Amino acid sequence: MDRVYLDYAATSPMDPRTVERMLPFFTQQFGNPSSLHYFGQQADSAVDLARNAILRLFKSLDHDLVFTSGGTESDNLALKGVTTPINQSRIKRILISPIEHPAVDKTAKRLEQDGTVQIDLLRVDNYGLILHNDLQNKLTGTTLASVVWANNEIGTINDIGKIAQICHKSGALLHTDAVQAAAHLNINLNETDVDMLSIGAHKFSGPKGVGCLVFRKTINLDSQIVGGGQESGKRGGTHNVPLIVGMQAALEMAYKDRESINLHLTNLRDQIIAEILKNIPGSSLTGHPVYRLPNHASFVFEGVKGQELVIALDMAGFSVSSGSACKVGNPSPSQVLLALGIPENLAMGALRVTVGRNTKEDEVRSFLDVLPNIVNNLRNG
Amino acid sequence: MTGKKVVVAMSGGVDSSVTAALMVQQGFDVTGIMLKLWTGDCESNDNACCTPEAIQQARQVAGILGIPFYVVDVKNRFKKIVVDKFIEMSEQGLTPNPCFYCNQHIRWGVLLDKTLQLGADYLVTGHYAIIEEDQEHIFHLKKGIDPKKDQSYVLSGLDQEKLQRTIFPLGNYKKEGVRVIAEEYGFTVAQKPDSQDLCFVGSNGYRSFLSQYSTSPLMKGNIRNLSGSIVGEHSGLVNYTIGQRKGIGSGFQSPVYVIDKDIKNNEIIIGSKEMLKFSSLTAGPFNWISGSKPSFQVEYDVKIRYKSNPKKVNLLEDKDGLIRIIFNDPVRDATPGQVAVLYIQDEVIGGGLIHEVFREK
Ligand SMILES: Cc1ncc(COP(=O)(O)O)c(C=O)c1O
Repeated sequence: MDRVYLDYAATSPMDPRTVERMLPFFTQQFGNPSSLHYFGQQADSAVDLARNAILRLFKSLDHDLVFTSGGTESDNLALKGVTTPINQSRIKRILISPIEHPAVDKTAKRLEQDGTVQIDLLRVDNYGLILHNDLQNKLTGTTLASVVWANNEIGTINDIGKIAQICHKSGALLHTDAVQAAAHLNINLNETDVDMLSIGAHKFSGPKGVGCLVFRKTINLDSQIVGGGQESGKRGGTHNVPLIVGMQAALEMAYKDRESINLHLTNLRDQIIAEILKNIPGSSLTGHPVYRLPNHASFVFEGVKGQELVIALDMAGFSVSSGSACKVGNPSPSQVLLALGIPENLAMGALRVTVGRNTKEDEVRSFLDVLPNIVNNLRNG
Repeated sequence: MTGKKVVVAMSGGVDSSVTAALMVQQGFDVTGIMLKLWTGDCESNDNACCTPEAIQQARQVAGILGIPFYVVDVKNRFKKIVVDKFIEMSEQGLTPNPCFYCNQHIRWGVLLDKTLQLGADYLVTGHYAIIEEDQEHIFHLKKGIDPKKDQSYVLSGLDQEKLQRTIFPLGNYKKEGVRVIAEEYGFTVAQKPDSQDLCFVGSNGYRSFLSQYSTSPLMKGNIRNLSGSIVGEHSGLVNYTIGQRKGIGSGFQSPVYVIDKDIKNNEIIIGSKEMLKFSSLTAGPFNWISGSKPSFQVEYDVKIRYKSNPKKVNLLEDKDGLIRIIFNDPVRDATPGQVAVLYIQDEVIGGGLIHEVFREK
């Protein structure tokens, strides 16, 4: 059976050219960047080049970055790094939105549990946009706000530039989880002046297991992995040079082809949204109709369980996802959808379809052809 | 049949793993599904699944075979249909067979419905039983060839509609052969022991399960002998099954057994081994595999427990739609609540709940 992958928000395939660029760092240029000798220097310069290339793409003037193992570690480092008890400018209060990825949400809650910080929740509207007034009212000077730039489940893009301004007016810091955003938006830290930003490479056709936390140089960030002093003491452990090079290569490619790819993605996305809403009764879009990731279509269906829909579609050859599905068979409604005010039983019927640069029009066509029947079958069961 | 979509019910055990392998080998488009059943207490730590190990094992097998695998949650329905029924029947002094209900209503209910909804043509399980279709397109259910493993008894609740959508690839295998295949595929579960207990009662056995979940508290009561004298006290009816020797006190001159439970008066009746012999029973309503009631003019074999040997019987219509099953030779272990399954040679003719048992006069 030919299988069609429509789950790019989960992860994305690598371009063979990116793999090519990584390969020498497994075999010939295998040195340890911390070594003093020739081999070490070669590896070190590759890491250094990658760092500079990424910061340049992000147009950052007063930021640096720490290479990490991915989005999750970056989010952890951001929240924990400014709140550790030994931190001299320690932050004691974190504001998060109710639609954060668990990498932020659970990290914040853990910090509250162990008494490190106090958490307050921001409010969002029915589309998942942060309410700016609410943010403003809740800010104090000694606060870290963490707001997801583009949410993975509903695709809504927040106005992070504006949110950063609001935070800075109160003297607060802003971290943003840009794991999804970085795959589709040209991040420009000159315009969007966040204090910390997390990315993970596998969402933009880079390798899995690598990401980085970009941070303003003036921020006092304590390392969470302590060891040999790598990354200016902010993250111990020998660099994974091939993955770091792969992330750089993938990001460069994404920036280079951005406009044409986003046009392609937006066309497919809009076709998916329009046809599903038109052809499937009891379907509605989740997330913002306009401010949304170009590749992201998400829905809830009345009378259908998302978990079953994903299984049925997979059996028909289409790989999609649902916020309520669970690998060990304990489906529960997505917290994100509940935060938008979607009732629990409807939230169980979530479907997320995300396309990518390799998605072809006829693949979307055949998906849209089978979906109404599958939904119908499940409803009649 | 090649290329047809099938769902294999996978449990992480060796039988269902080999079942999946055989279906892949035969060219079917195979999807593995594991039912997440209700497993008692451990459910309270919510996100944790009670048998992460079994899920992991099944997932690993699916990985080796390159087939998709999903876990489907049927906890609530399993609890309602199988567990609550088990508790309720036990409280009534019956000895239920939950696997029978699970097969009838969960595997060939919820899972078969799901299988068809998901666009597959067949549900495949690792039961040791055989389905044969005759020229009139009637589906016959027969014993698996391994006498130690034959599971036709617990499948006697299936009907034509269910059987025509079912495949049992292991019916013609012996257990040892199945283990060999599992070894060949490198399944780590190849030597996993067969499961013994009811899947939901946990490691302390069904009595402790019942004392935990029973809604009516255990009530002590009298133990009487057949002449009506009170000879002791019992700890609650669910703790006793007919034929049991243990737990009814000592000091009797000859060995005594539970020979009856008087639910109404919460009493246990004891007697000698001879009193355990039953000459007939009534059972029903019956599920007839072929869909219609068979002739009562012939001799049948009956199994009155999953693990009991078949006994020769004749049938008579009884009142209230029940059937009276008359044993050629009296039997010992007839218990209301179990299923009486009628066979002609290796073929299952039908199954019905044992209603009442009658002692030799
Ligand atoms: C918004 C968001 N944050 C964080 C993560 C975690 O990233 P990673 O998989 O690189 O740890 C993801 C990906 O699942 C995500 O979508």
